Amino acid sequence: MRALWSQANPGFVPPSSADFDFEPIFGNSILFTKPVLLVFLSVIIAGSFFTLSARKAAIVPSKLQFAGESIYTFIRNELGRDVIGPEFMRFVPFLFSLFIFILTNNVFGIVPLLQFPTMSHIGFPIGVTIFSYVTYHFVAIKKHGLGKYVKDICFMPGIPKPVYLILTPVELLTYLVTRPLTLSMRLFANMFAGHLLLLVFTLGGEYLLTSGLILKFLSLFSFSFAIGLSFFELGIQALQAYIFTLLTALYIAGALADEH
Amino acid sequence: MFSKIGFLASAEAGASPVIPKPAEIIVGFVAFGLLFLIIRARAVPRFEKAYKDRTEAIEGGLERAETAQREAAEALQMYKAQLADARGEAATLREEARAEGSVILEQMRATAQEEATRITASARASIEAERQVAFNSLLNEVGALATELASRIVGESLDDAARASRVVERFLADVEKSQ
Repeated sequence: MRALWSQANPGFVPPSSADFDFEPIFGNSILFTKPVLLVFLSVIIAGSFFTLSARKAAIVPSKLQFAGESIYTFIRNELGRDVIGPEFMRFVPFLFSLFIFILTNNVFGIVPLLQFPTMSHIGFPIGVTIFSYVTYHFVAIKKHGLGKYVKDICFMPGIPKPVYLILTPVELLTYLVTRPLTLSMRLFANMFAGHLLLLVFTLGGEYLLTSGLILKFLSLFSFSFAIGLSFFELGIQALQAYIFTLLTALYIAGALADEH
Repeated sequence: MFSKIGFLASAEAGASPVIPKPAEIIVGFVAFGLLFLIIRARAVPRFEKAYKDRTEAIEGGLERAETAQREAAEALQMYKAQLADARGEAATLREEARAEGSVILEQMRATAQEEATRITASARASIEAERQVAFNSLLNEVGALATELASRIVGESLDDAARASRVVERFLADVEKSQ
């Protein structure tokens, strides 16, 4: 597996970005690497969980329905209704899917055996960000018309004219580049760093375990730290899913607002 | 290493992690789209239906309670109205009875008055009649007596005044005796 296993004892090799690269499990197709399979697994898990949970739609919910409904209600009311306002219901399926998709993929990072947050491959956050990006632009154009939308971005009303010299490029950059870039980059970087951190302590513990007696003992600390960090990671994973969804909701709310 | 069980990490130091692989963008896009379609079709409408049913159930209960309350209030209102009606009716009846009583009293009084007047009138009439009868008989008697007196006076002596007055006095005493 890792190089240090094949050689005698070349010293500790710290984890690197190379640890995020996976060979195809079978064949040469990129569709059969671990991250890709995990993404599809997340669709199956999240899709079937919420489908099953919602199936009965009983007035008095079962435990399963209650669990699904709690998450749904949270997104629907906190991020949909409270952020977007009266027109929120159109966006609830999107926001809800966004949250559970990112959450499931993030939590894969600490699920035993899976243990890889798929969003630490920047391609996946970008794939999801495309949805957010297209959505908030589309909503704004549909609501205000292309001309007014572009005009509102370039020339924010109620600003002294000379300020446009600075403001217009900044606003253009924000709407077209910064928003999608930060959206996907934030998610990717958090998951990447989190996984790397877990790798450091897990691989460190593993290395110590294969070393001398005292170091074997010290590996205990390294492993317990990895376990503690796993719970910490769970918090970050949920938080990142929430932030991604919240920002998307805010962008949509901004697109629907009369003034930018 | 746990995270690698069943999977192989590539040994080569690949491209920078911030350079996206196009295939993964597409996979992310497609996978999310798929989940979105599933959620939109299967989960959201059902959850919304559960919400709606629940709201309706709660509102239905409230509505039923409200209806019951309204009905109770209506019944109370009706009962009060009926009570007021009954009271009013009793008062009216009393009033009517009083009025009727006073009417009857008035009538009786009037009748009594009438009767009294009638009795008085008939008494007066009978007195008058009797007086008339008395007067008539007196008239006849006075005539007869006058005739008789005249004959007596004429029979005895008309020149003696004292005798004449005696005769008249005697006559009147006779009359009184005969009466």
